[in-house]
Amino acid sequence: MGGNVIEVEGLTKVFGDFTAVDHISFSVAKGEIFGFLGANGAGKTTAMKMLCGLSRPTSGHATVAGYDINTEAEEVKRNIGYMSQKFSLYEDLTVYENIELFAGIYGMKRKDISRKAVTILKKLGFYSERKTLVKSLPLGWKQKLAFSVAIFHGPKVVFLDEPTGGVDPVARRQFWFMIYEAAERGITVFVTTHYMDEAEYCNRISIMVDGRIEALDTPAALKRKFGTDSMDSVFYQLARGAKRSE
Amino acid sequence: MALGFLLAKEFKQFIRTPIFIGLTLVFPAAIMLVIPWIVSMDIKNISVMVVDNDRSGASADFIGAIGASGYFIMEGLAADYDEALQHVELSETDAVIVIPDGFERDLLFEGGAPVQVSINAVNETRGTLGASYLGAVCAGFSADFFASHAFVAGNPSMQAAGPVPNIEVSVQNRYNPMMDYKWFMIPGLFVIILVMLCGFLPALNIVGEKEKGTIEQINITPVTKPVFILSKMIPYWIMGVGVLSVAMVLAYVIYGLAPQGSIWVIAAFSVIFVFSVSSFGLVVSNYSNTTQQAMFVMFFFILVFLLMSGLLTPIESMPEWTQVITYVNPLRYYIEMMRGVYLKGAAFGDLLPQFWALLAFAAALGAWAVASYKKQS
Repeated sequence: MGGNVIEVEGLTKVFGDFTAVDHISFSVAKGEIFGFLGANGAGKTTAMKMLCGLSRPTSGHATVAGYDINTEAEEVKRNIGYMSQKFSLYEDLTVYENIELFAGIYGMKRKDISRKAVTILKKLGFYSERKTLVKSLPLGWKQKLAFSVAIFHGPKVVFLDEPTGGVDPVARRQFWFMIYEAAERGITVFVTTHYMDEAEYCNRISIMVDGRIEALDTPAALKRKFGTDSMDSVFYQLARGAKRSE
Repeated sequence: MALGFLLAKEFKQFIRTPIFIGLTLVFPAAIMLVIPWIVSMDIKNISVMVVDNDRSGASADFIGAIGASGYFIMEGLAADYDEALQHVELSETDAVIVIPDGFERDLLFEGGAPVQVSINAVNETRGTLGASYLGAVCAGFSADFFASHAFVAGNPSMQAAGPVPNIEVSVQNRYNPMMDYKWFMIPGLFVIILVMLCGFLPALNIVGEKEKGTIEQINITPVTKPVFILSKMIPYWIMGVGVLSVAMVLAYVIYGLAPQGSIWVIAAFSVIFVFSVSSFGLVVSNYSNTTQQAMFVMFFFILVFLLMSGLLTPIESMPEWTQVITYVNPLRYYIEMMRGVYLKGAAFGDLLPQFWALLAFAAALGAWAVASYKKQS
């Protein structure tokens, strides 16, 4: 297994007669920023949910942070952070209360939580908003908060499902700055995205088409392979063959 | 501990939802203030129309006696039976009494006189009870009449009969001496309050998190299923005990009704009962995908539970096969306990069967609530 934090072997999810994820295999190294690309309906979110222990695979194996997702889903959960596509922190709790709640669930002590939360909130420039109900925050801030909560308990891997959807370019840039910072601290980042410029920020990317991984390499290598100088073009060449649409 | 953080979150969310606070305060008060007056099964205010073909002193006394009984409202006199019946058909009156020509004469000289009563029996209880009340008024009237006319000169039949034979039945109304229907209903109303609040609110809770998407952020954490379910349950436990206390105080202040037995027996049963009911709510919530769905399912079950609990109609009067069904209704045992402790002063030892039954329900429903919560799809 070596330094790989995620090992996936033939992972498959079938809903009825629809194969959402079709025998995918790949591995992600520690500290890597791994981009998971694909058109809508390609199976990105389903694959990610299996890795997070939210969805049970139909067949195939995977280990995340050294734990088997089939048999040790709860151990996996102890070692990962997750940010869903749809904002899913509690809107009727304040910024601080959300941080405290999730850190508490992961077993952090109240004192440690408050110390760490103050540092992080100050760094984000959120400190003055710590008592604000989350529902009154703008989307860009919500996303940053969700990311902070996802990595607050120091997970080994963080899964981000389209973290920057609907966010303005400035906020997106800041968001990616946070992702880099997390990766520097050794947190492996597994991120899905639609934005090809964001794909360029990743160490390696995989492109899913109709439930299968059609390409997996560094952005530079992929561009070389497809004889183009933009990720956009790589993506179009692959996604054109897709039979599924939304 | 994770449970502490989750509980803090539940309480914060609860107090930030004004409608819930309003509901918990207003609902028990409204139920206790209004419902005891309207769910009475006493039949009162039956309106009566009289066709008096005799127009004698005796018939006037008879009509007076009906009006004075308290159960009837004198709608007035009608010229004949057909006219009076017309008023019944238009729902303007409930009963028609026809006093025949020669009523007084027959009473005096024949020792009795027939009276015709027609009563609207669309509502069977009202019809039956109305008729029997009228019968009682007639009996009372004739007893008085014969007593006061017993020795009137020229009354051979009366003199022959001598003093009217009289059997006095002395009835003691045990456990509810004033025969107040409210006393019977109020312990049952406590149950309605608990079921509505501690059953419905949990049913809306988890499914609400599913709709908002927040459940996903919980499912991704290593929180254990029992801890999560307990964090959803404990707030309703506290709420149930609080609301029940308020309702019991209101029952005492407004209706003078205090439990004959021990409050601690009620407390012990209530803790187990609320656990069962909110577990049931959580089970429904776990299986539902939308709040609407949870509402409908809860509504269906709670209606059936209430109607089959003995709250409104005695279980003993049900057909045997439905009586069997009531054994799988936790409300049944709780209501038996409530009425037993409140009216008869039942002690814990008298209620052991109910206790074990409720405990079994609590264990089964609690386990089901934990098992039906799926962290993984």
